[in-house]
Amino acid sequence: MKYLIFFNSFLYKVPFFQISSIKLFSTKSKVPDKPVWDKIDFNSLPKVPEIDLELVEQLERISLVEFNNEEGYISLQNAVRSANLLHAINTEGVEPLDSVLEERELWLREDKVTEGNCLKEILSNATKVEEQYFVAPPGNIPMKQRGKHFLKSVVKEPETSS
Amino acid sequence: MKSITLKEAVLQLKKGLTTAQEICIACQQRLHKTNKLNMFVTETTSGELQKQIQSSNKAYIEGAAKPLEGIPIAFKDNFCTKGVRTTCGSKMLQNYIPPYDATMVTKCKQAGGIVMGKTNMDEFAMGSGSLDSCHGPVINPWNLVVSPHIHSELSQNSPAESDDTASLNEPDWYISGGSSGGSAAAVAAGACLAAFGSDTGGSTRNPASYCGVVGFKPTYGLLSRHGLIPLVNSMDVPGILTKTVEDSALVLNSVAGHDILDSTTFTEAYTPFIIKEDLDLSKVHIGIPKEFHAPSLSEEVLMLWRKTADMFEKAGAKVSQVSMPHAQLCIICYHVLCCCEVASNFSRYDGIEFGLRDGSEESTEELYAGSRHKGFNGVVRGRILAGNFFLLKKNYTKFFLKAQKVRRLISNDFRQVFSTGVNLLLTPTTLTDAPLHSWFSKQDNRTRCEEQDIFTTPANMAGVPAMSLPLGLSRQGLPLSLQLIGPHFSESLLLSAAHWLEKDAKFSHLDLDFLEFSDKSFRRA
Repeated sequence: MKYLIFFNSFLYKVPFFQISSIKLFSTKSKVPDKPVWDKIDFNSLPKVPEIDLELVEQLERISLVEFNNEEGYISLQNAVRSANLLHAINTEGVEPLDSVLEERELWLREDKVTEGNCLKEILSNATKVEEQYFVAPPGNIPMKQRGKHFLKSVVKEPETSS
Repeated sequence: MKSITLKEAVLQLKKGLTTAQEICIACQQRLHKTNKLNMFVTETTSGELQKQIQSSNKAYIEGAAKPLEGIPIAFKDNFCTKGVRTTCGSKMLQNYIPPYDATMVTKCKQAGGIVMGKTNMDEFAMGSGSLDSCHGPVINPWNLVVSPHIHSELSQNSPAESDDTASLNEPDWYISGGSSGGSAAAVAAGACLAAFGSDTGGSTRNPASYCGVVGFKPTYGLLSRHGLIPLVNSMDVPGILTKTVEDSALVLNSVAGHDILDSTTFTEAYTPFIIKEDLDLSKVHIGIPKEFHAPSLSEEVLMLWRKTADMFEKAGAKVSQVSMPHAQLCIICYHVLCCCEVASNFSRYDGIEFGLRDGSEESTEELYAGSRHKGFNGVVRGRILAGNFFLLKKNYTKFFLKAQKVRRLISNDFRQVFSTGVNLLLTPTTLTDAPLHSWFSKQDNRTRCEEQDIFTTPANMAGVPAMSLPLGLSRQGLPLSLQLIGPHFSESLLLSAAHWLEKDAKFSHLDLDFLEFSDKSFRRA
């Protein structure tokens, strides 16, 4: 099926601009012939932190979103493994950069009311309002634990100290 | 409207050769004919459109036309539009109707521009394929000329009938790139003459590269972010998508400058950027950062890169190879910083004041968690979770601060290169021409972003201006693009050099006139 499609579309393709052959490779070109990426020495990197069930639950609590399946968990693991590559770069004595505007003073406006009387607009996007208030359910009740049985095959259980 | 550019449209309008009505209706027709590409999320109602057209017509008659008078412009669906639904491609904001306009929208309207509608995007601008939207994927309009099965499928149904793109999942098609895929596709297809995207890690330049249009990310702080729904505040920049470099300059000059509603915009008096037609290339020094030759760069892009570098040299410019040693891990650094800012930024979505409210009402936390779970897709949830992981007390120094330090090194790389007399950098925008949907969706969003955005994120890290411009076609007949990057506020030189390249390349823009050739009311511009 796929081959058919490729063939089919190939027939219709008109190469307007054929970039052809090795001729264009002049030795004096400033574009390097070969990729110039450094090989990363994985042995020199610190160990990738492990993410156990306890951590999964902690992250869900502070994020207020859930890992819905194994895929979500594996994706986090990969993100962390990826981020760990940063340790291949020596940053000793380097200051963190928060903003590209660090050398400028941000413009501050006068501390004066410039807009207002927009109660209707502000409330217009809320699903539940009462008189002039947003409505929220009772607070200070921790989120219920969610069963994580579907992560069993990929997550390490926290060691029980009992 | 064969390849009519914004500049040509303005000229014709001024001379009275055409009217705002004609131009807008032509774009609207094209929008309807290409409905199945799923480029638009919300279309401006005919009544509202007519109102804007009338006012532009009047302005031309009275000789009071402003720079973008009567020009149809589309906005990515993460720019707030007063009274018009703004979804960010997410269920979370499915019913969100902003009570205000983003500054980019206000300025476009003030300059006479006509808002055509809101364009499709990856949910919350997280992605590089425009496949992860709650409205379904954007189909690259080039499919209409290189994938005949898509074309025949489009013409089978009468246009504007349904926005059901599910049938387009089979057979295969080329993606538009992202996350501003809808905006890039809309310009390429001719459904508007300019569009706004946003560019946090390349979201304007990536789809511009795949859709064969000019994608410009100006210097951070030059365009106001007010009303642009934030992704990564320290990197977000409104992006401009047009057919040509001159068009890009026209739009830029109409919207740039200080905004009292965005404290990160520059306060300096702003002078319009001018394209020098007689650019003296012997005074221009082009740098080729060698680290941008990444392992999976396609041969065709490499050839184009070489050819263009040689072309600059032949025309008298000084071209030298330079090194940006930290570019290689830029994308990794970007991802950590992006997740961290997302984790913090996205705490605003709790379903109480606005956004989806869909969870148990037994406690606030249950309600928040329920709404956020249903409102966000897996990609957004994944970035929030990863961000909170990097921000944990025990990881803060190891990951977040580490990434910020690497960011400084990347920024210093630019500084260093530009301090040696290099005026502009020439690099690829993307590794290849537009990938196939079947190939792209083999990997998850995170993996794809990590390979798709490698050439575009460095400019965001340093806040420098960068432009992707189409310069040729691949063997498959799809656009190939390169990127020019300059130091802060080098917009005039960058635009001039890009314009010079564009004139030389004579890129054949996508021509979809055949979609309307039966339509007698349609006049060639």
